[in-house]
Amino acid sequence: MEFFFETLGLTESAKLLSLSPPGWGGNLLRGLANSLQIAFGAFGFGLLIGLFGAYGKLYGGVVLRDLLAVYTTVIRAVPELVLILILYYVGTDLINQLSQAMGYGRVEISGVVAGIWVLGVVQGAYATEVLRGAIQAIPPGQIEAARAYGMPPLMLMRRVTIPAMMSFATPGLANLWLIATKDTALLAIVGFSELTLETRQAAASTRAYFTFFLAAGALYLIVTLCSGVVFARIEKWARRGQPSLKGAGR
Amino acid sequence: MTLKKLMTTALATAIVSAGAVAAEEVKIGIAAEPYPPFASLNASGEWEGWEVEVINAVCAAAELDCVITPVAWDGIIPSLTGQQVDAIMASMSITEERQQTIDFSDPYYNTPAVIVADKSMDIEPTPESLAGKIIGIQASTIHQAYANEYFGDAAEIRVYQTQDEANQDLVSGRIDATQADSIAMADFVNSDIGTCCEIKGPVKNDEAILGKGVGAGVRKGDDALRESLNKGIAKILEDGTHEEITGRYFDTSIYAE
Amino acid sequence: MIPFRALMQPHRIVMLALLLGAVVWCAVALRWDWIPEYAPLAMEGLWRTIWILVVTCVLGFLLAIPLGLAQAVGPWYLSAPARVFCTVIRGTPLLLQIWLLYYGLGSLFPQIPWIRGSELWPYLRQAWPYAVLALTLSYAGYEGEVMRGAFSSVNKGQLEAANAFGMPRFTMFRRIWLPQAIRNVLPTLGGETILQLKATPLVATITVVELYAVSSRVRSDTFIVYEPLILLAVFYMIIAGIIALMFRRFENRVPG
Repeated sequence: MEFFFETLGLTESAKLLSLSPPGWGGNLLRGLANSLQIAFGAFGFGLLIGLFGAYGKLYGGVVLRDLLAVYTTVIRAVPELVLILILYYVGTDLINQLSQAMGYGRVEISGVVAGIWVLGVVQGAYATEVLRGAIQAIPPGQIEAARAYGMPPLMLMRRVTIPAMMSFATPGLANLWLIATKDTALLAIVGFSELTLETRQAAASTRAYFTFFLAAGALYLIVTLCSGVVFARIEKWARRGQPSLKGAGR
Repeated sequence: MTLKKLMTTALATAIVSAGAVAAEEVKIGIAAEPYPPFASLNASGEWEGWEVEVINAVCAAAELDCVITPVAWDGIIPSLTGQQVDAIMASMSITEERQQTIDFSDPYYNTPAVIVADKSMDIEPTPESLAGKIIGIQASTIHQAYANEYFGDAAEIRVYQTQDEANQDLVSGRIDATQADSIAMADFVNSDIGTCCEIKGPVKNDEAILGKGVGAGVRKGDDALRESLNKGIAKILEDGTHEEITGRYFDTSIYAE
Repeated sequence: MIPFRALMQPHRIVMLALLLGAVVWCAVALRWDWIPEYAPLAMEGLWRTIWILVVTCVLGFLLAIPLGLAQAVGPWYLSAPARVFCTVIRGTPLLLQIWLLYYGLGSLFPQIPWIRGSELWPYLRQAWPYAVLALTLSYAGYEGEVMRGAFSSVNKGQLEAANAFGMPRFTMFRRIWLPQAIRNVLPTLGGETILQLKATPLVATITVVELYAVSSRVRSDTFIVYEPLILLAVFYMIIAGIIALMFRRFENRVPG
């Protein structure tokens, strides 16, 4: 193994990246775990917002629909960096003032929770559009039949809408997941401890910028490729029973 | 109906439980970007350096339960006023401008600002000598204010998020000079990456901009914490802890009265 | 644009009144005294944002055309590298790409001593070439995927007819394939251009003074947190709106 690294002139880099101190590999992996944690949380929170948003846009009153339109337009027009800063300061300020007004004293919000809150709100806007499009693609007859049988709305959502919309939503949601993982890098500018910040700290402490940035890029790429495989399987499962699209069209 | 109730209680518990209310803990904000030799990250993920040790010593002397909390330097004062941290001990100088927004404890160190440039360049730390050059500085620092005031008309000023990035560009040759704290720059030129460069000399002092030393920042009106920190700082200056820590990192004392 | 009658419904009138009230409250209650001092810098930042956006979109699109074509119909030795390029660009965060190009390449300079005498040196010293390069490559990576789909979606019959008429291949590409492909994906291109606008603030981290950098400068000079950010968000919304309008104009002019 060492011979392989030596021939490529990479011994120095391998030492820097090794998993235990004084190598920084452990730090990077810890940062990656944080990034993935925030991405999962933000994706899930965004999905929740998206579900309510999609329902609101499709079946809500006029005021709700307009408010949701403003929400999605603003989030999609303003850069994520600016949104992250605004949401971070406004959000934490509000929660502190709220909890002080209620007499709970100061609530400390960990970096992970704040990151999930901020990225989740951003994801929610995109998820609203994806899920709305997916729900609209469901053949309306299915929903009408369920209503005709007197199914309560929650059961309708759980047993008809969500399973039927999954096959339409999966490509959009896969894209959203990738956006979530890459947006965690922006949290480095706000100082949250995740992969990009750890990389920058490691690079600054050891001055080996090229090595660490390439290593971080490789880690992100691995996450992307693995996610691609996972989502391909999810899409296959969501499309079960539907005829294959191979060779169709043109 | 029950779903609504369930959700409101779930939301309330989530908010309250997501943040445990810590009554005794004092969160000391430091810059998330390494600033050797004052604060840098080692490979095990722990913060070490002169300032980190002083923070621990001050807190022990003041009998406070301190938690070191890295925050992006760019937003460190908003984090203090927004209550994400309780105090800032990140080599932040006491300036009148900052005193309009936050309060400071007594200073715990004081070092001049210097200009650093390549050894081959014949530069003096004066506005005339720096005319037409490219100067890199860190954002939100006294050095940025000073450089904009004194060198802004003659030279091109580039603003970096961390001093380390400015140093890196100095080594690459993208900028001609940088202005920063003398101790941090001494550490830089003595390290193996800074062999290209040397300290050209201190800039003319302007106390209004460069401040009266480095102190701990607290929220306006938070006198209790300020007094505790002052007590802690006075104690470590008295009983020699400050000197002992300094002796381990630097050759000379950095507490100029 | 939204028709006037649609705006005049009662709930919308109430919401517009509330919005107006909020704007007036902001103008009166918040601090705006920093604006006159920083207005010239803000104009410079705005100009820089816009020209970086336009230049990188145009160059990125020009790069995306061969990338998309190679992936759609190219032989394996052309389509595979194009595929790899697009996958890598889309799989890593833009911030990392920018830092890799600027600081990563920068850390190699001391090892190449003759570089300071070369003619490229004035450009290698500045930050904007790296910003333009990173944003162009990023745009090309994403648009390469889009153009791949666009080229594949053009009706094969049209290309075969052109071939039957003896049209030279480049003319067929120029007059039939490319225009039709672009027309199919014009909405997507508009969306991607707005995404590129949202990516421009990232170059502030490598010292390019664009709009976001100006707001950071205001924040660090005056310690005012919310007002610059609000104004910044409004600016970006206006620019995004203009881009969306422009693309809608394009789409209406294109027949079919």
